[in-house]
Amino acid sequence: MKFTLSWLRDHLDTTCSLHEIADTLTRIGLEVEEVTNPAEALAPFRVAEVLSAERHPQADKLQVLSVDAGEGPVQVVCGAPNARAGMKGVFGPPGAYVPGSDLTLKVAAIRGVESRGMMCSVRELQLGEEHDGIIELAVDAPVGSSFARYAGLDDPVFDVALTPNRPDCLGVRGIARDLAAAGLGTLREQPVRPVAARFPNPIAIRVEEGSGCEAFAGRLIRGVRNGASPEWLKRRLIAVGLRPISALVDITNFFSLDQARPLHVYDAAKLKGAVVARRARNGERFLALNDKEYAVTGEDCVIADEQAVLGLGGVMGGAETGVSERTTELLLECAWFDPERIGATGRRHTITSDARARFERGVDPTALEAMTEAATAMIVELCGGEASEVAVATTERWREVVAPRTVRFRPDRTADLAGLDLPASEQTNILQRLGFEVTGDGVLPPGWRPDIDGEADLVEEVARIHGFDGIPSSPLPRPAGVARPTATAAQRLERRVRRAAAANGLVEAITWSFVSEAEAAPFGPDQQEAAWIVANPISEELKVMRPSLLPGLLAAARRNLDRGATSVRLFEIGRRYLADAERPTLGIVLAGEAAPRRWQHGKAQPFTPFDVKAEVLALLEAAGAPVSNLQVFPDAGPTWHPGRSATVRLGPKAVLAAFGELHPRLARQFDVPAGTQAAELFLDAIPAPRGATRTRPAFTPPTLQPVTRDFAFIVPDELAADALVRAVRGAEKALIVGARVFDRYQPEGGQLSLAVEVVLQPTERTLTDDEIAAVSARIVSAAEKLGARLRG
Amino acid sequence: MSDLNTTLRQIAAAVDLQTLDGARVAALGKSGWVTALLKTLGQLSPEERQTRGPEIQGIRSRVAEAIAERKEQLEAAELERKLATERVDLSLPAVERPTGSVHPVSQVMEELAEIFADLGFAVAEGPEIETDWYNFTALNMPESHPARAMHDTFYCEPRDGEPARVLRTHTSPVQIRAMQSIGTPLRIIAPGRVYRSDSDATHTPMFHQIEGLVIDRAIHMGHLKWTLETFLKAFFEREDIVLRLRPSYFPFTEPSAEVDVGYSQEKGRRVVGGSDGWMEVLGSGMVHPKVIAAAGLDPDEWQGFAFGTGVDRLAMLKYGMDDLRAFFDGDIRWLKHYGFSALAVPTLSQGVGA
Repeated sequence: MKFTLSWLRDHLDTTCSLHEIADTLTRIGLEVEEVTNPAEALAPFRVAEVLSAERHPQADKLQVLSVDAGEGPVQVVCGAPNARAGMKGVFGPPGAYVPGSDLTLKVAAIRGVESRGMMCSVRELQLGEEHDGIIELAVDAPVGSSFARYAGLDDPVFDVALTPNRPDCLGVRGIARDLAAAGLGTLREQPVRPVAARFPNPIAIRVEEGSGCEAFAGRLIRGVRNGASPEWLKRRLIAVGLRPISALVDITNFFSLDQARPLHVYDAAKLKGAVVARRARNGERFLALNDKEYAVTGEDCVIADEQAVLGLGGVMGGAETGVSERTTELLLECAWFDPERIGATGRRHTITSDARARFERGVDPTALEAMTEAATAMIVELCGGEASEVAVATTERWREVVAPRTVRFRPDRTADLAGLDLPASEQTNILQRLGFEVTGDGVLPPGWRPDIDGEADLVEEVARIHGFDGIPSSPLPRPAGVARPTATAAQRLERRVRRAAAANGLVEAITWSFVSEAEAAPFGPDQQEAAWIVANPISEELKVMRPSLLPGLLAAARRNLDRGATSVRLFEIGRRYLADAERPTLGIVLAGEAAPRRWQHGKAQPFTPFDVKAEVLALLEAAGAPVSNLQVFPDAGPTWHPGRSATVRLGPKAVLAAFGELHPRLARQFDVPAGTQAAELFLDAIPAPRGATRTRPAFTPPTLQPVTRDFAFIVPDELAADALVRAVRGAEKALIVGARVFDRYQPEGGQLSLAVEVVLQPTERTLTDDEIAAVSARIVSAAEKLGARLRG
Repeated sequence: MSDLNTTLRQIAAAVDLQTLDGARVAALGKSGWVTALLKTLGQLSPEERQTRGPEIQGIRSRVAEAIAERKEQLEAAELERKLATERVDLSLPAVERPTGSVHPVSQVMEELAEIFADLGFAVAEGPEIETDWYNFTALNMPESHPARAMHDTFYCEPRDGEPARVLRTHTSPVQIRAMQSIGTPLRIIAPGRVYRSDSDATHTPMFHQIEGLVIDRAIHMGHLKWTLETFLKAFFEREDIVLRLRPSYFPFTEPSAEVDVGYSQEKGRRVVGGSDGWMEVLGSGMVHPKVIAAAGLDPDEWQGFAFGTGVDRLAMLKYGMDDLRAFFDGDIRWLKHYGFSALAVPTLSQGVGA
């Protein structure tokens, strides 16, 4: 919302400085974004007289002027057709910045003739669009004086960011009222003087029940001349960024900005029969003032005559029935529309307009008649003519709309909610200054404050006008003792795995939750459609809620490699968005080199599935998963290399992680090197560590030496090493504390051999040879059940 | 005695172990002169043995000691010579271990959790794909509410038999979920990803917010002010934090306040603290009675405050990044520069900054 200081002063009698006003606005919740003074930008420009105008010797369309801007004659080359001796205009000297052309003037030769400045057009000074010639000032304009001051442009412009709850402040008067309530002056009285009705309104006005228009005051004014607005009005509209059009249009804009009261004027000569507010019928269309045609729907409230739709009520009028310079007879519309319907219509047709902004937030319904009179008065004053009686049509609901609403108010609540201990009288006073009527324990909000509907709203009014600065800083009550831990098991787990991953050399990234359809597709539950698709994505690249963390990480890996990274180890902790839930997940991508070429070993080493397996197991261990009970199952699914991927499970069903080499097809799709390794840990599948006790099981390190024995087995090709180790370990649980594969050998076309190192830990006495032999026999027989046999 | 001196000289002059052994054999060997002397002991009378015995034993031990001493010297010299050939250039690089890092957003979220834990706030969570009711309606934004349009909402394609979903536009729906699932009294923060259909230098379609909520019987805006002051002082690790509460509007709070924090200009950039100017950092207010009622609580009994701010923004203000888009690009150079060591766990005793 923009307005000028002089405009504000129309409503507010104040002696406060610009600075005080701006500070107060922000302090009471009308946040000042900017205060600018157009005079500052135009400071170098002066009123000047053209002393003489001669033809440019080298160019037909240019003239060489002698100009006096108060410091004697200056030579200026000028292309404006209206430049002539004796006229007065606006002169910019060398060094002046011309805002409309974005250039700084300097002494220059134009076609061989020196020019020491410029005579400016309206557009060059950003005062309007006109650029047909230079500005012509009145003959009595004082030469040498500041143009901005002469033109009344020395009027600071406020730009206030309004919150959507304050439709009243979409008018300068509402802002003035708030400032007056805050003690910055007094609100000037604005008595409405009714304009005498000279004749009955010949145009019947009707509103249909349920149309969305609850009241329509219509008044015919005849015998008007719709010329240009007076300077003061044009200047104000320009100052706040509007283009003056004609007196009648400018008046409606003025009411919108001054009183937050949208109006509409129709050229009565173009209307046919009664004017009705009703729902649109299917197939109806109209050409709006923005020159676009709209197909209106049964959900839209339109204003129509007997022939056609005239406009979208409260949103935008039509081009066909608008006023023009030839208009002599007009119908003034001062109506009230249901905010919800206005909002819905505005969204449906994506129309933003000053009228919509006001009706959508709520226009004062109680001022319908007063505003009709005030607008009539201004029209008659500026355009002449005489007014009819006011025809007011309303719906059944209208009575409800204008009925006073009582809001309960207990002054104690200001201390309870805002922490501000203010006497009741001061609170009452604030509310009254804002236009509230205080009656016993209730308050009647004024019609311009549709946002007030509860006690908390009144507390806010009192607190903001009094000032939030006065709210004391009060410590939150604190329970005795040391702060208690608050993190949940899931949060602790997430923090642990994050720190563990970073400690293991992985770099945490955060990638978009949304990916493209093509990126998501391979990771979908059945390689089909992802569960959650954004209906209005910002781009096709960010359209599908990721079913896996890998697409985002793979894309990040590719970007890093493209930028010259040789080794990429990324991880991310975030959610996968599945049909049934959002699942916390940790994703890993290892791409490029595992180790660079080195002076000791020569060539760079690629990542292998065992690199990512090591990361997965380390993180599962950090997460508190029972790592020794986990099993590795080959082939993690279609996104993975079938022979070089696996799932890690607790029991046959609970999949805690999938890892391995990315399927070469996907590596190609994501443009990452073949052999890129990846993993996903499904954090919500990891069981919470059991037992709340901090005490560990009793343990004394054994005093006896452990015994190590090696077993070399010939095994079937398809036997998983993990299964063999598991069987070996299980052969004598009390004695075997460790078993690991330390060698794997398979000659070309020969049998696969796995060598297992077994550690036996005696507890009570040293093992005898016989006992060791017995354990060995059990180990061999356990392995034989898997088809393995001891190598001879 | 001359034999002894000769032998000792030979030992001392031995240049290697072999020469030394020759000297040993000449003195202590089977036919060495000391051995010969020892053999004479048996033929002596007891009286002579009394005097000669210790004398001869003395010679023997002096020779043996001299040999041992020389042997040690020679061995040490030998080792020196050997080691001199075993030198490696330790300025060559060792195996480089990859260094990992924690994303600044994660770090800041942990810092916030740590600070608020001390004030008794737990961390609550909620879904990012949220129903319209939780994201808007329950927060006093009915369908026609103009504030909805200001949210630049991402909508999800409808799924059969499920209520319409949006990508949550703020973390505020967690307020409702926490009131419903945890009940009262309540102190929570709710950090997480949020989404707005907006993209430019300072806006990304996904970013992070943190919500704070206190529900109790006698909580007012003074408590809100203190909580925010305390939190910002702890987070930015400086005492000269000045706040300004400015009346504002959020549908889900009443009264509502924007919170500005004073900043100062240090080395050409804005830093939080001091009072050269104000910048907006938080939205806050007293939870709207309709919101409390929507969560199933009695607004005549319960009241409290809520606040929200951008986590990414807090990170930028504290750690000095200036481009939000880089947060989500995954560039390892950026992540290593602005990221944090795994060991930099924020704690109250070590400090919550790193």
